[in-house]
Amino acid sequence: MQGGSVDGNSADAALTRQHWLDKSFYWVTASFAGLVLVLLVSILISLFVGGWQALTTFGPGFVVTDAWNPVSEEFGALVPIYGTLASSIIALAIAVPISLGIALFLTELAPDWLRRPVGTAIELLAAIPSIIYGMWGLFVFAPVLSEHVQPWLQDTFGDWAVIGALFQGPPIGIGMLPAGIILAIMIIPFIAAIMRDVFLTTPKFVKESAYAMGATTWEVVRHVVLPHTRVAVTGGIFLGLGRALGETMAVTFVIGNTHRLSVSLFEPGNSIASTLANEFTEAVGDLHTSSLIALGLVLFLITFVVLSIAKLLLMRLETKGGGRG
Amino acid sequence: MADASGSNWRYRRRRILNVFNLTGSVIATGFGLFWLVWILWTTLSAGAAAIDWTLFTENTPAPGGRGGLANAIVGSLIMVGLATVIGTPIGIFAGTWLAEFGRKKPVAAVIRFINDILLSAPSIIMGLFVYELVVVTTRQFSGIAGALALAIILLPVVIRTTEEMLRLVPNSLREAALALGAPRWKVITLIAYRAALSGVLTGVLLGVARIAGETAPLLFTALNNQFWSTDITGPMANLPVVIFQFAMSPYAEWHTLAWAGALLITLSVLALSIIARTLLRQPKMD
Repeated sequence: MQGGSVDGNSADAALTRQHWLDKSFYWVTASFAGLVLVLLVSILISLFVGGWQALTTFGPGFVVTDAWNPVSEEFGALVPIYGTLASSIIALAIAVPISLGIALFLTELAPDWLRRPVGTAIELLAAIPSIIYGMWGLFVFAPVLSEHVQPWLQDTFGDWAVIGALFQGPPIGIGMLPAGIILAIMIIPFIAAIMRDVFLTTPKFVKESAYAMGATTWEVVRHVVLPHTRVAVTGGIFLGLGRALGETMAVTFVIGNTHRLSVSLFEPGNSIASTLANEFTEAVGDLHTSSLIALGLVLFLITFVVLSIAKLLLMRLETKGGGRG
Repeated sequence: MADASGSNWRYRRRRILNVFNLTGSVIATGFGLFWLVWILWTTLSAGAAAIDWTLFTENTPAPGGRGGLANAIVGSLIMVGLATVIGTPIGIFAGTWLAEFGRKKPVAAVIRFINDILLSAPSIIMGLFVYELVVVTTRQFSGIAGALALAIILLPVVIRTTEEMLRLVPNSLREAALALGAPRWKVITLIAYRAALSGVLTGVLLGVARIAGETAPLLFTALNNQFWSTDITGPMANLPVVIFQFAMSPYAEWHTLAWAGALLITLSVLALSIIARTLLRQPKMD
């Protein structure tokens, strides 16, 4: 070793240096990747710490109490939780069939030259910031809804036995229904894009076999494509649900921001996100702030579960697709 | 004969159902496009009517007054810029690890899973988190807190696209470089990054487009500022929160300014998304 030439030594040194650089590059990138986990844990801890006072004061009853009174310092999460779920369910009820139609159009019907522009246009809906949806909803959509759609709904369904209760109240264009409709428009691009992508994973020969047997386009979709992609389609729907649950600005503009529980879709309500957006900076007292953070924790936990389900369902398709090569 | 007419009837029914559902599909697509056109048209027409030079030269006015959005535009540019500077390198490095070192590691699968959830998690939660982390500790709403909240939203987008784009780089390129004796870090920075450059850039642009219009995370971090301020340690004006505040107010002058702001944001976000798309399309062509 001692007798090694100068060249050999410097080559050794260069190798060691590169080895060291390799190691540090690995650990720098690894620590930034680890940051993702740190981020999740810190978010959970900070929400727990911030909401601790409310959680200990009200106990588990926090999520089933409908009081929300900053003056008497009584807070319960029931109204915002109900509003969050109700508006999201309305959104899904509208968005799922529409997205299915769009995905069907983009994969089976549209001529090739039309697929890309239409697909891009639908995806652009997802790029529009939610505050724009909110402003448009408040200034443009709400008046149209209250003048034309809501009176019609009331006249048509208002007298029906059970459904009628959904359409009672003032047709002011603000409330659970407009919030749900605007959420639907916002999540259509997400659900439609996933449905389109998973529809395309259906093996061509299976579809062509069905066509060769004389099946119509609809029958191929209904009996071949949908059964094949059922799991991933459900995943896409859950992803849309996850988006809808946490959407803030669009909902805040049109939901009415009222802490009241009501069956009617015309009545104003409140969602978790809109409560936070409206009250957080104006919260009086520590307990109010803490209750709002506890609301945030509830929202984060709900969306975490929904998005995890979505991801797990979509992952099953990925592994399946990989197996098929 | 009865048989034949029976199957005829069934055949007709199947065809009618088919035509009915396919028509529904076309209508659904029209329904989706209808909202896009309506919302864009509203923003364009209401916003264009409100655009003039004072928008860029004057600050946000007091209730009922006339003015511009200069302080909000600058505040937004500063915060989005800072968020990009903070989030991009972290995201690229994290994505690099996932694609280059963590392909088969279980930890990487967990990180990927959590990252995808953070990607779709409510942005208002990130605002709450940064409020607890920065605003409460420093007892001060600040531009840097806003930038941090935005960076957290940008991060998952960059991580995900970086990983996906690096995975598209063929292994033979890496193997060729390794066979020449190049160390791993050089293979990644000089070969893989170069091959994935436009894709990674797309990810950054998409991330910027995502945070440019974000309002919720800024509400309790940057707050708002009626005056001109480039001090990132204090409350900072920004377009989304100004739009929110002005649109919810009863003043017509404020509404006009809100529409002008809405147009500015929509145009920049759409421009960013379209540039990102064109960038992404190029490498696929050759």
